[in-house]
Amino acid sequence: MTDILKIKTPLTDEVVSKLKSGDSVLITGVMYTGRDAAHKRMIDALNKGEKLPFDIQGQIIYYVGPSPAKPGKPIGSAGPTTSYRMDAYAPTLIKLGLKGMIGKGWRAKDVIDACIKYKAIYFGATGGAGALIARAIKKADIIAYDDLGPEAVRRIEVVDFPAIVINDAFGNDLYVKGVEQYKQTV
Amino acid sequence: MKMREINAKQITDAVSDLCMKANFDIPDDVIQVIKKAYQDEPSPQGKDVLKQIIDNDEIAHNEQVPMCQDTGLAVFFVELGQDAHITGGLLNDAINDGVRKGYKDGYLRKSTCNPFTRKNVGDNTPSIIHVEVVPGDKVKIIMAAKGGGSENMSRVMMMKPSDGLEGIKKYIIDRVRESGSNPCPPIIVGVGIGGTFERSALIAKKSLLRPLGTPNPDPELDKLEKELLTSINKLGIGPMGLGGRTTALAVHVIVEPCHIASLPLAVNIQCHSARHKEITI
Repeated sequence: MTDILKIKTPLTDEVVSKLKSGDSVLITGVMYTGRDAAHKRMIDALNKGEKLPFDIQGQIIYYVGPSPAKPGKPIGSAGPTTSYRMDAYAPTLIKLGLKGMIGKGWRAKDVIDACIKYKAIYFGATGGAGALIARAIKKADIIAYDDLGPEAVRRIEVVDFPAIVINDAFGNDLYVKGVEQYKQTV
Repeated sequence: MKMREINAKQITDAVSDLCMKANFDIPDDVIQVIKKAYQDEPSPQGKDVLKQIIDNDEIAHNEQVPMCQDTGLAVFFVELGQDAHITGGLLNDAINDGVRKGYKDGYLRKSTCNPFTRKNVGDNTPSIIHVEVVPGDKVKIIMAAKGGGSENMSRVMMMKPSDGLEGIKKYIIDRVRESGSNPCPPIIVGVGIGGTFERSALIAKKSLLRPLGTPNPDPELDKLEKELLTSINKLGIGPMGLGGRTTALAVHVIVEPCHIASLPLAVNIQCHSARHKEITI
């Protein structure tokens, strides 16, 4: 197992350049949540010449639609959703300054290319580990699209959020590399 | 023959409880197989993922919170005894009332939406209800919480009869390979072969309810399941697709007769969070 790197948000080009596909990381700082419907609205807003609901420079978007928080808890279970559904929107956001995405599952070539061109990272988190991951989320506030319920955009504060670098800014892909390493002839 | 009366309210309360329990408590057969995979997995990153899953499912059970935020569409398999009579309301209404209550009281995510506007319905209804009439005067209700990620990787394929068993095997293995990390591996692969277009999908989903580690009652199908599992675990996808040998925990197959012109094949993929609970009233 490689050493676990501790990183802070917002991400800088310097930090992004140090991260390599396969690195395990613990992320601390502010992140924003957004999935299908929120992405559609953000892109629609941009197309209408409107602003995004938060300053995207250096930020990480976590693809998650949490379950409702129990009384006294900041958030309910909060594991990653499958990322390819955001592929149509991600390159536009990366171009505007988005530095990180957290989700699960492979990304389209457009997204991987944008990560190389604009220095961004795609992180994977463990799908179906929503109760465990929620422990890293200390605060959550809905900042936009309240009517979307679980899909609303939340500003979350995380401490030691566990993730792994899938696509780095150099074109490496852990999903390809990992499978190559363990596949046997079928 | 006297009908046994079952009150709709009793069904609503039972369904509410099933929805919560299914989402909080991983079935014992599933966690045992995951723990075994954790012992056997050679990939360090794969092992790390399996450990996270084991820890997560323990937290969910201890704190009675959902193990996954995607608490699914509520799918029901109801075996209704033909000598049972539901009183005080309709069966489907009773079930949907139970879903509304369970998803609210259990702080479960509501995930049903309008397909076009994508507006959330807000109470996780309507649920998906499959009713089968069986002998007896009881009603058995199985609730499965089916997440979107693995369901999205599922397919129905109307194969040609000439594709035969080899074509079927190839399609299933290719489906798992192409799904990669998306459906939250390690997965359970439910396969329905035969019937009609919709029947193949239904039996594929039904096959997922068989407890893990139990053999297929048909020795030939049992052999096929084991062969497919071995092939799938050679793909190298591993836990969460990071590379490894544990891509699937099991392959389950149900076969039924089909039309002379057809060879329906359904592959229903289930994530490691294989949530289902049942009750007999």
